[in-house]
Order: sequence, then structure tokens, then C-alpha cells
Amino acid sequence: MSLVNLHQVHKYYGDFHVLKGIDLDVKAGEVVSIIGKSGSGKSTLLRCVNGLEEYQKGGITLDGKEVTSEDIQVRRLALSVGMIFQSFNLFPHLTVGENIMLAPTIVLNKTKAEAKTIAEEMLEKVGLGDKFDRYPEKLSGGQQQRVAIARALAMSPKVLLCDEITSALDPELVGDVLKVLEQLAAEGMTLILVTHEMNFARDVGDRVVFMHEGKVWEEGNSKKLLSEPETEELRQFIGAVL
Amino acid sequence: MLYFGDLLPYSDVFFGGLITTVELTVLTTFLGIALGTLCAVLRQYGGATPRRIVASYVELIRNTPFIVQLFFIFFGLPAIGVMLTPWQASVIALTINLGAYSTEIIRAGLGSIPKGQVEAAKVLGMTFRQTLTRVIFVPAFEKIYPALTSQCIIVMLGSAVISQISVEELTYAANLVQSRNFRAFESYLVTALLYLGLAMMMRYVFKLIGKRLFSFRESS
Repeated sequence: MSLVNLHQVHKYYGDFHVLKGIDLDVKAGEVVSIIGKSGSGKSTLLRCVNGLEEYQKGGITLDGKEVTSEDIQVRRLALSVGMIFQSFNLFPHLTVGENIMLAPTIVLNKTKAEAKTIAEEMLEKVGLGDKFDRYPEKLSGGQQQRVAIARALAMSPKVLLCDEITSALDPELVGDVLKVLEQLAAEGMTLILVTHEMNFARDVGDRVVFMHEGKVWEEGNSKKLLSEPETEELRQFIGAVL
Repeated sequence: MLYFGDLLPYSDVFFGGLITTVELTVLTTFLGIALGTLCAVLRQYGGATPRRIVASYVELIRNTPFIVQLFFIFFGLPAIGVMLTPWQASVIALTINLGAYSTEIIRAGLGSIPKGQVEAAKVLGMTFRQTLTRVIFVPAFEKIYPALTSQCIIVMLGSAVISQISVEELTYAANLVQSRNFRAFESYLVTALLYLGLAMMMRYVFKLIGKRLFSFRESS
């Protein structure tokens, strides 16, 4: 059954038509990679899904409920959509543990002890069980990003949106983050990622969506799409990034 | 000949003045920062109208002399039926003054917080109020803490002006003593040293508070 559904979504920044009628359907447990040149609307698409950006036409539903950018809506969505950013966005004045515990305590009203248990479990999951009391700035980029993943997971989302989450990392740190994603995918988490990691998209992803000029230009099974692209634009893009 | 011995009979007067200055400073520092924080939040995140109102307030206060603000509140307002005691007028004038300057300072701090931090809080489901108090305030205040400290000290020193409306603070005490014993040099020298001591103490107290508030910088 469809978990995230976009129907003819249009988005404008002023006169600039960013998304030109996007249709996309993501089922629970699917791993969907969105690829494309910068400026093709990938990140914007992702940000529309959790209401960080508003869209002007069409409809997005999440678990059957409509997504708008109303504040209260975003907060309700937060209970089912997690998001991880390129720039980690950990809170610098809180320890790793506190970063993860904050939202479960003040948004889900869990007790400190419950939140701590969750935080420890999630940190263990991303392989950073020993960093609970560290401050973010003392961690490497890869570790910070894994904490950000743990922080999102602590809210038990149904779907995790990843916005170029390895793009700001040193090449040798990318692997650790991707490994966590791979493990999540194996556990059945629904992932929608904007990514430039073609190998990951091919090997772990179920489906690839290639965006070009604000449209879904081509989409399909990841292995097939990346090895036998149908359109010239995708061929060029793959040629450029691989 | 200089003779500080003539000040001794007036030590109570100096002490009383010092206490009044300290009381006023503590009170108006709290009130002024609270006002500045509120205005900075409105200025940074509020709608067009609150933003404009705050901007006008800040410009009005920053571009007029403090003594005129004080006289307006104490001597001017009674004309429209607002009668204030010298103490009340002083607290209001100092708070409004610090509020305006600290609005600009605190706003700079709020502006330094990356947008991504706010978005991260939002997608974790936090309300705007929670985001402000749990995510934005501490790092924002850390950034501008030295500037804010200096501004509070400037206002403390500026409180000398309120001797003009007969609040019996430190400068009032100095004026009083030198008018009685004609030891102007000695009186004002002692007063200057007392202000210097107060300013240094304030800096020290702010530092201690800062160490507690921003402990994440050191322990990390």
C-alpha cells in the first residue's frame, strides 16, 4: 500500500517553476533514490513531502493524510516523517544523548528515563553507543550525521527523508553513514533519499527516480534504470557522475 | 591639600548610594534583557507590524540622549496624567534604554543561528516556542554574550544620570557629599573608583553566569 503519494505537484518560487507536475508513489518499506542535476528540484520535492516547503498545485498524501505546510501540520507529520539534512544540524549546546532525547521528551512527552533508553538504543544502532555524553563539535562529520540519523529514528518515523546526507562528508566517512542506511533498509524502513551515491542507489535502493527540469524524467527499478537508461538526459547524467 | 578624612563621616551616604545603584542595576538588567529578548524575537521572527513597531522603538531610543528620555518620563509624562516616583521613572527609563540596545545585540545572536537548526527542530515536531527556548536561545546568547555584558555595564554607568531626578544613588551621594564638605576631588575620585569596582564586579558575575550557561564549550 502506498505510504507517500504525490499527485501532479507543482511548486513555484515566485516566477520560477521548480516542480512541474510530479507524480510519485512510495510504498511502505521501499527505498527510493532521487537523482538528478542540482537545480532539478530534488531537494524541493523532498521538502514538500514533510511540509517544509509549500506547493501550489496538486496533492501530497502521507499514509492517506494530506500534507500542507501549516505549522501544526508539520508537527503532526513529524510523528511519521523523519528528515536528515546535508548539514547534520545537531544542536551544538546539547550532548549527543541530549540531542536525541530532546524531541522524545518535549514532543512525545516521554519521561527522561524512557527517552534515555531510546537514545541509547538508537546510538547503538548507528554504532556510536560510546558517544552519549560527547558534544557534537567533538565528533567527525560522519559521526555527527549518524547521530542525526539516531535523532530522527528516536521519533519512530514511518519514513525517513534524506537530503544529500553524505554530500558534506569526507569521502572516507561516507561509507559509515551509508552502512547505517543499508541496515535501516534491511530492517524495512521506508527511505526516500536525494543522493549522488549511484552505487548505493543501485545496490540498496529499490527504485530510482531521475529528475530533470522539475519533472520526473525517468523512473524504475534501480539496477535496470542505471544500467539501461532510456532517455538521453539520464544517459548523460550517469555518464557525468560515474 | 587633599584630605580623604572628610569623607569618613559620609561613608553611610556613599554606602547607601552604592546599594541603590546596585539594586537599580540588578533590577533593570533583568528587565532590560527580558524586554530586549522579547523585542529581538519579534524583530527576527514576527510579522511585518510587530517588526516595524520594534524597529521604531529601537531607533527612537538609540538616537536620543538618555537624560532626555529620563526627563521625558519623569517630568513630561505627568502632563498626560502619568505620575511616577523618581525610582519608578528611573527603572522604566533604564529598562527601556537597555531594552532597545539589547534588542539589536540579541537579534544579531538570533540571526547567527543557522536556518537548518530551526528546520531540524521543526521536523522533530517542536513548536516554535520550544524551538526558541530549547534550541535557539543558548547558542544565540553565547554568540553575543560579551557584547551584552558590555551593554549592561554601560547602562549601569549611565545610571549616574538619574541623580538628576533625585534618586539617591551613587552619583547623587557624591554630589551631596561634595556640596557639604567641598571636597569635590576626593568625593568624585572615590565615586569613580566605586563605579570602576562595580563594573569589574559585574563583568566577573556575568562571566560566572556565562560559564554555567555555556558550559558545553568547555566540557566538550
